[in-house]
Amino acid sequence: MSFPRVLERLVQLPVVLFGVSLVVFLMITLTPGDPVEIMLADQRATEEQAAMLRADLGLDRPLVERYLVFLGNAVTGDFGLSFFHRRPVIEVIAERLPATIELTLVALLIALLVAVPLGVAAAVRRDSWLDRGLSALSLFGVSLPGFWFGILLILLFAVQLGLLPVGGRIPFDAEVPRLTGFLLLDTLAAGRPDAFLRALSHLLLPAVTLGLPAAALLARVIRSSMVEVLAADYVLFAEAKGLPRRRVLYVHALKNALIPAVTVLAIEMGQLLGGSMIVETVFGWPGLGRVVVESIFARNYPLVQAAVLLYAVIYVLLNFCADLLYAALNPKVRL
Amino acid sequence: MSAVAAPLPALSPTGLALRRLLRNGTAVASGAVVLGVALLAVLAPWIAPQDPTDADLFRRLCAPAWHGETVEPGFWLGCDSLGRDILSRLIHGARVSLSVAALVVGIAAVIGTLAGLAAGYLRGWTDILVSRLVDTLLGFPYLVFAIGLMAMMGPGLHNIVLALVLKEWIFTCRVVRGETLAAREQDYVEAARALGCSPRHIMLREILPNVLSPVLVVATFRMAYVIIMEASLSFLGLGVQPPTPSWGSMVSDGRDFLVDAWWVSTLPGLCILALVLSINLASQGLRDAFDPRLHQSS
Amino acid sequence: MREPLLRVRNLRTVFPTRRGPLAAADGVDFDIAAGEALGVVGESGSGKSVTFLSVLGLVRPPGRIEAGEIELDGQDLRTLPPAALRSLRGRTVALAMQDALSALNPSLAIGTQVTETLRAHAIPVDPRTEAVRLLTRVGIPDAARRLGDYPHQFSGGMRQRAMIAIALAARPRLLVADEPTTALDVTIRAQVLDLLDELRAESGLAVAMITHDLAVVAERCPRVMVMYAGQVVESGPTAEVIAHPRHPYTRGLTESLPSLDDPDRVLHPIPGQVPDLAALDAGCRFRNRCVMAVAGCAQPVPLLPAGEGRLSRCIRAAEVTP
Repeated sequence: MSFPRVLERLVQLPVVLFGVSLVVFLMITLTPGDPVEIMLADQRATEEQAAMLRADLGLDRPLVERYLVFLGNAVTGDFGLSFFHRRPVIEVIAERLPATIELTLVALLIALLVAVPLGVAAAVRRDSWLDRGLSALSLFGVSLPGFWFGILLILLFAVQLGLLPVGGRIPFDAEVPRLTGFLLLDTLAAGRPDAFLRALSHLLLPAVTLGLPAAALLARVIRSSMVEVLAADYVLFAEAKGLPRRRVLYVHALKNALIPAVTVLAIEMGQLLGGSMIVETVFGWPGLGRVVVESIFARNYPLVQAAVLLYAVIYVLLNFCADLLYAALNPKVRL
Repeated sequence: MSAVAAPLPALSPTGLALRRLLRNGTAVASGAVVLGVALLAVLAPWIAPQDPTDADLFRRLCAPAWHGETVEPGFWLGCDSLGRDILSRLIHGARVSLSVAALVVGIAAVIGTLAGLAAGYLRGWTDILVSRLVDTLLGFPYLVFAIGLMAMMGPGLHNIVLALVLKEWIFTCRVVRGETLAAREQDYVEAARALGCSPRHIMLREILPNVLSPVLVVATFRMAYVIIMEASLSFLGLGVQPPTPSWGSMVSDGRDFLVDAWWVSTLPGLCILALVLSINLASQGLRDAFDPRLHQSS
Repeated sequence: MREPLLRVRNLRTVFPTRRGPLAAADGVDFDIAAGEALGVVGESGSGKSVTFLSVLGLVRPPGRIEAGEIELDGQDLRTLPPAALRSLRGRTVALAMQDALSALNPSLAIGTQVTETLRAHAIPVDPRTEAVRLLTRVGIPDAARRLGDYPHQFSGGMRQRAMIAIALAARPRLLVADEPTTALDVTIRAQVLDLLDELRAESGLAVAMITHDLAVVAERCPRVMVMYAGQVVESGPTAEVIAHPRHPYTRGLTESLPSLDDPDRVLHPIPGQVPDLAALDAGCRFRNRCVMAVAGCAQPVPLLPAGEGRLSRCIRAAEVTP
């Protein structure tokens, strides 16, 4: 990617964000059924109450005006009230989001830690049993339904072996004051290594469920770009200089092989964000995804809408960051 | 014997691709698995040993035939928490998986192909509009988009298809748009333009036949993904509604009984894995056969 | 004669192919003395690059050295453990490549690519200062300020010189220069070749100049070795080899060489094609293109003395030129 391409992305960013917000708005507006009726379905509400709710949600005003109000509110973080929690939506999200980010980041870390050495090793020993095994495994990884993989892990590590706990992020007796919301950090900040380990043991299975299938695809991408890079003259030249093998592979080759992998990493982040909703449900992980799924059944639409918008905005921004990272890794793009 | 060697039949590119495909043992075997599952799905009402919705609490969580104890004769893979036959539910569940996948991929392929042709050939505002729409939809993680739509529309087979198609078409569209942009510069298109053919004629008669094989390749490997998506939505309870069996919701049903009856949750997941893996293998073979360039560079 | 710096005997390097093993270098013998410049001439596929990659221990799998001796500075490279071989690369024998743009890592700064070599061999100098000195030595202006530049920010000629500076960073005793000037224009080519000559005179660097360009060899290398189809076919003092070839292939090469003295001379490219290396017989490999071929050429031909300091792999060596 050339520098103008980065610039183009920068110009595109607001356009895509605008489009995303419009789609989220239309999701709730254009779908069949009156949201007020659905929301009040279980409650015995009078016509006046329905009309009040309708006016409260602004449903009696023209579409364009409603969108502008929605957009203005979204920018200021006002997503209305989560009547299920009887608190502003933004508060509920702020409380749950750190758990989801912690899970996703640790899953990403697992994916990278597994995929990079595997991809490099497979590329170095092309067509070996390791290489063949990896390509079979990565096909397996993309064919694996995440929720089922999680259940298998629960069966093995929690039910059969009793090694790891399932449900929640940390036991009550290990609670620490929440500073960042990331329990791995908060437990350390509180000076409680025991609590850190217990938080980690809760995090391990969900993060592996989310990260391992992602590693499968990533390893394949790293493998194929490494194969290409290893054939390059500069790798031969680096070896001819007498550099240690590790430096040739992990600095000279990998640095160039990671450039195409970054783009795939951004796409994988979308898989991780979407997959986290499933994994949170399977493991009872109190993150944003779980509260979204709960909210769907409670017909708590403002929260669902805000969360979908948030996931999309995070994803778009991550993709943009990947473009910047691509540029940073590739000196030809730097100005 | 001095017989003149029979001239080799001249094969079209498609013929050559098919020959390559048939020589690929893995692809043929996995294709056979997919066809087998499809056959099961079609014939489900006649093949399934039991009524998949027939509940009987006396059979609750009875074990598969190989287990030895608390086995109910005729219920080979055991029963779920309502005493329904798991084997029959698996066979019927294939119908949901495959019909959703086929419908979604089929409709998305048609929409995506038409949008891609129009964007790539007409350029201008059409292209800007289509490309912006594609970029916007790419901005949503797939599952988040589907869950968001299902939340608003409510569960059900039709809504699943709608929700997935709305996201799925962009993958075909991107491929077709790229191919069309390249085809636009080719001689045969320029010749057709010089002859005064209408844009519609050029898009549908000249370019379309040439983009069909990439569309086919995209469609097969997207199908694997769509099956996982449907299963995920059903697992969350946003898919087809009970008592209709679907693999995803069956996994979910068994979650509370992992300790006592592991098979209730694991068997349907195994079916998803087997089907998706077969489709992926078959589509890989298809890709290798129809796109030798990819084959060589791998 | 002193003990040579590099001594190669009966080297055989093979690559497995679908039609059986292909010997890209087959029974190659030669020596290089300290401070010597040896020209290695042959068309692509003649085995000249593979021979020297074998010396460096950098033949890419599945290719491998099947037989032969490689002695560098008295050490047998074929029995050396990988770590010891690695420490010889860059330090005792270094490689300069044809295209600096592809030989330099696009995502590492030039300075890093110099200093990492110094560090890998634990050269007792301040890496930064030494990097500046090396780059200045090859004629890169304002080198201190350009250490942070990436290869694509250098001009073509500067890149080539920077690559040579990197190859020479750990002060090797032998430089394998694989087509070091082919990609350059005439003036820069002369600069690079002058640089190599100076280094040779100054520090006793030996140079193996791999090229398909006999003219460069004629100008810069006192001794030449001609390769064809994986074998050395002729070697000797360059001036004599060019003036009185002792192998029909060498004669073909000299006849296809434009002459400064006689620019109107008719050039004769050698007709025919190099034989398939995976399907060879024991006889002379050039005989299908050779105007002098006789029945005896179907027998194996060894590399035999053909005059003062000269060797030829032709049974009619004496008849090639008067």
